[in-house]
Amino acid sequence: MSRTLSSRAVVVAAAATMAVVLTACGGTTKGSDTGPAAPGGSAAAADPDAPLQEGVKMAFLPKQLNNPYSDIEVGGGEAALKELKGEYKLVGPNDASASSQVSYINTLIQQQQDVIAVAANDPNAVCPSLNQARAAGIKVVSFDSDSAKECRDAFVNQATTEGIGQALVELAKEAAGGSGEIAILSATPNATNQNAWIEVVKSELAKPENSGLKLVKTAYGNDDDQKSFQETQGLLQSFPNLKAIVSPTTVGIAAAARYISSSNYQGKVAVTGLGTPNAMREYVKNGTAAKFALWNPADIGYLAAYAGVALKSGQITGQQGEKFTAGKLGEYTIGADGEIVLGPPTVFDASNIDQFDF
Amino acid sequence: MSSDRLRRISWWDVAIIAITLVVLLVAAGAVDNFGSSRNFGFLVLDLLPIALIALPMTFVVITGEIDLSVASTLGLTSAVLGSLWNQGLPMETIVPLCVLLGAVLGAVNGLFVTVFKLPSLAVTIGTLALFRGLAFVVLGDSAVADFPAAFTSWVTGGVGGGPIPNALVLLVVLAAVAGLVLHATPVGRAVFATGANEQAARFSGIRVDKLKFWLFVSSGAVAGLAGVLWTLRYSSARADNGVGLELAVVAAVLLGGVSIFGGKGALPGVLAGVVLLATLQNALRLEDVTNESLNIVTGVLLIVSVLLPNLGRSLRATLRRRRLRAARHT
Repeated sequence: MSRTLSSRAVVVAAAATMAVVLTACGGTTKGSDTGPAAPGGSAAAADPDAPLQEGVKMAFLPKQLNNPYSDIEVGGGEAALKELKGEYKLVGPNDASASSQVSYINTLIQQQQDVIAVAANDPNAVCPSLNQARAAGIKVVSFDSDSAKECRDAFVNQATTEGIGQALVELAKEAAGGSGEIAILSATPNATNQNAWIEVVKSELAKPENSGLKLVKTAYGNDDDQKSFQETQGLLQSFPNLKAIVSPTTVGIAAAARYISSSNYQGKVAVTGLGTPNAMREYVKNGTAAKFALWNPADIGYLAAYAGVALKSGQITGQQGEKFTAGKLGEYTIGADGEIVLGPPTVFDASNIDQFDF
Repeated sequence: MSSDRLRRISWWDVAIIAITLVVLLVAAGAVDNFGSSRNFGFLVLDLLPIALIALPMTFVVITGEIDLSVASTLGLTSAVLGSLWNQGLPMETIVPLCVLLGAVLGAVNGLFVTVFKLPSLAVTIGTLALFRGLAFVVLGDSAVADFPAAFTSWVTGGVGGGPIPNALVLLVVLAAVAGLVLHATPVGRAVFATGANEQAARFSGIRVDKLKFWLFVSSGAVAGLAGVLWTLRYSSARADNGVGLELAVVAAVLLGGVSIFGGKGALPGVLAGVVLLATLQNALRLEDVTNESLNIVTGVLLIVSVLLPNLGRSLRATLRRRRLRAARHT
């Protein structure tokens, strides 16, 4: 018995070592292969006069379900599809993980949807299955959080990365009273857009006019209320001179504001960032978060739906310079890399917050 | 000997295999697009990591232990794979290294359980957090994605470009090996003996600690392999890959009729459990059933799978007692 086991161990170890030694010389290394090629894509030219089709089956796949922010986004999509007489569908995982989105994309391919609108949890992990969808004739619009650009036809961007990053720095400066230590409370460490914004924030902070602000830490609350709450607690304990917490995610900003409101840090540490009026109303009124910004998330879904139906109808193909009309939002022109920019973010404060309900 | 082997295939195994077949047939008949070869490929890829890790997990649970660190091992392997790839090592070297790393992580669990005599539940909850933490140390908040197409498409592709996924062949081979070892070798008998009564197993000359140690090593190695396949399937090496997967594996193993107290179980039942859970999930999703409802279905199935064998046992015990009492009265 024992001899069987130990001799087996020797064999396993020897085999593993052999495999490593044998393969160490030569092989497939980084750069020797450029990764999967994108499928042919839409070769047909756009016909700007093509009528918008009715009955387009469009599925929305947000980062996760039951997230108040995603709910509003896809709600805009639902409203747009009602106007366009399309079929709206909502699917998605309960956790904001990349791999679970893949199963949903696979399901949508099987169900032969016409258009998939996806907010990617990981720009690359969803890529192979999105390309399978496109090979099956499905149009893919990414919204909110882009997938790798060779895996979708168009991307509805809530705002330019630079625009958001600059707005965050301005809000932070105001919240910190011009200078002092600030910290960022982000979503997941891999969140595409949060990371892009944080990069802009960092480069803005390097400019001389912002030299008074010092970013001491970027914490990750994983878009989970409890984790964000705990991370806020940690930030306040680690950095006693903290002036402001900037949270570029709706879950994070609400958790940070809630913690500070209920602690003796209220009035000492300000919260700002990107949040929804309904979640932040209380904290705007009690002064914890005097100002924060956001685009109207319902408009993102609305624009994504119009872009999706326009793609399906052949009005646009996702090439730069193509134009289409998105209902009440008016005319949009597709930018470089198939990007469609919604517009500048709205700043909310005590004077205007009651005009918004989302 | 052969009747002994048959006895290990219990009525629950037969039942779960039958239920799985019925569910597969019903899904193929009633759910649009379920039976397509593309969907079959998706189904196999979805269940692959769970099925792979369930193989050694079956051994581990039958000996009365548990390994909850498998998903974190998968995540750490994935992170290391991405990191080594970034450093320019060839994929042909990275893959065996990752499996080896998994084995080493398993050996850590094995040492704590067998040398320090700590309960595996506590040890592997500890390493669940530890390995995941290390994964974030290795790769931090970045993701590595530029893996060679030859490797990623092998994982997602079919044999010779056909409808049978390459991954399925790998799974079938490993499952056959595991099934043979568990049900037809002295090692397998030692596993059952240890789980049924560890003291007795020790006295009958089984090197229980050595056995358990190597089971944890295999569990780690297979989790490492699953980490490689996971990374290549999603073309994404991330520290948070596979979070929560250990629960899906344990669920499938229990649903497959393995007793959480050890000593009982069979591999065909476990594989049926994996297929059943994956099929239900796939088919119900095609029918637009929400995730919440899916979780409810899985939860109910699990409770039923634990409840039914227990009910059966107590029912048999009651009947036997009655019969004895009746016999005494006559």
